[in-house]
Amino acid sequence: MTINPELPINFSRMHRLQWEEAQQKDVILYPEGMVELNQSSAEILKLCDGTRNLDQIVVDLEEKFATSGLKNDIISFLDVALNNGWIQQD
Amino acid sequence: MAGSNKTNITPPRWLLAELTYKCPLQCPYCSNPLDYAKHSDEISTDDWKRVLSEARKMGAVQLGFSGGEPLTRPDLPELARYARELGYYSNLITSGYGLTEEKIIQLKEAGLDHIQVSIQASTQELNDHLAGTESFAHKKEVARLVKKHGYPMVLCVVIHRENIHQMPEILAMAEELGADYLELANTQYYGWAHVNRDLLLPTIEQFKQAEDIAQAFKEKVAGKMKIYYVVPDFYEDRPKACMNGWGTTFLTIAPDGVALPCHSARELPGLDCPNVNDHSISDIWLKSRAFNFFRGNEWMQEPCKSCDEKDQDFGGCRCQAYILTGDMYKTDPVCGKSPDKQVIQDAIDSARKSALSADEKPLIFRNSKNSRAY
Repeated sequence: MTINPELPINFSRMHRLQWEEAQQKDVILYPEGMVELNQSSAEILKLCDGTRNLDQIVVDLEEKFATSGLKNDIISFLDVALNNGWIQQD
Repeated sequence: MAGSNKTNITPPRWLLAELTYKCPLQCPYCSNPLDYAKHSDEISTDDWKRVLSEARKMGAVQLGFSGGEPLTRPDLPELARYARELGYYSNLITSGYGLTEEKIIQLKEAGLDHIQVSIQASTQELNDHLAGTESFAHKKEVARLVKKHGYPMVLCVVIHRENIHQMPEILAMAEELGADYLELANTQYYGWAHVNRDLLLPTIEQFKQAEDIAQAFKEKVAGKMKIYYVVPDFYEDRPKACMNGWGTTFLTIAPDGVALPCHSARELPGLDCPNVNDHSISDIWLKSRAFNFFRGNEWMQEPCKSCDEKDQDFGGCRCQAYILTGDMYKTDPVCGKSPDKQVIQDAIDSARKSALSADEKPLIFRNSKNSRAY
């Protein structure tokens, strides 16, 4: 599975993304498991709220971090996220 | 005492809240202690709230409400709500007995994250026999309702010699019910499963066949259903990394408030497990004798002590070493390097002999009457 650039991206209803104070990092929680995220992965996932497609996520992140050329990295991470069921496209 | 290596104590991540030992089912492989009837006290709602709050502060985030049957505690919705407010990811581990659609909705609103329903077999006759109660039709209905109300649905089937031949039907049932996760838990031989081992331990041929079927199914449903396969360690050559290492990750609180580094640790002698009525969770985790007992690897004997895999499997399971060799410091006898490996072969041979014998003794079911004998 790969990301369809046209469609908006949702975070999975079967997982929960939350900040963990004790670990000082964002994590994904699901039955019997937890994935610890680095900051950039967490920032990408927070924008997967069903209102943005791929290009909009890239624009927002490049603006937030005042940089450019993030698209390929974002695509690779979103493909991983999609194949792990963390995000979905309806 | 053992476990003097106290540097780098990691915080708890998983809290197993065993709310009660009461259970309407009588599964003969139950992981509760054999003498659970002696420990009938239950801590109060306020005690549980304090436990949840203190463990959360330390870093616990995965929470299992377990038992017994946790639904027998009327304060379950209140505790689920409190857990959600604290930021736990919470799981109800249930037989489904007594779970109505109304309760499922109520718990969802309270903030419960998922429900794990156990089913004993793929047929009504065998399920109801193993559970010691008529429950099959209701369990399937509960699984459907869990799904209907938007929870991730986790189906758990404990595998042993009485149901292992049903593996294809069990997988078909999980698919039909729309399970998001399927836990195929080969029985681990503690507590009630230990006393019933001759009747529960499958042969190696049965294991291999069932594992092949499960593996093929896993590939078929990849992306739709996630399979957790708990390996049958009697047929392995290396022990399991029990509890991810003693006192590193898991904290279990028994119904009477006793804090345990694993849910079987009550069976170990001289641990002096602390009670939440007397100590804070922080003191229990960091300072208690029980939680430091097997921390690190200072306690190890040979062959663990000089083994280059000791930081991967931590010498295996302390309870298994104790039950099978009488010495909780020994290498888990499952390990091919253990000088006690023969006890595993003896257990396998004994179970095979029992399977082939014409007059197999009956299963000892987990209930209060049988528990009082221990």
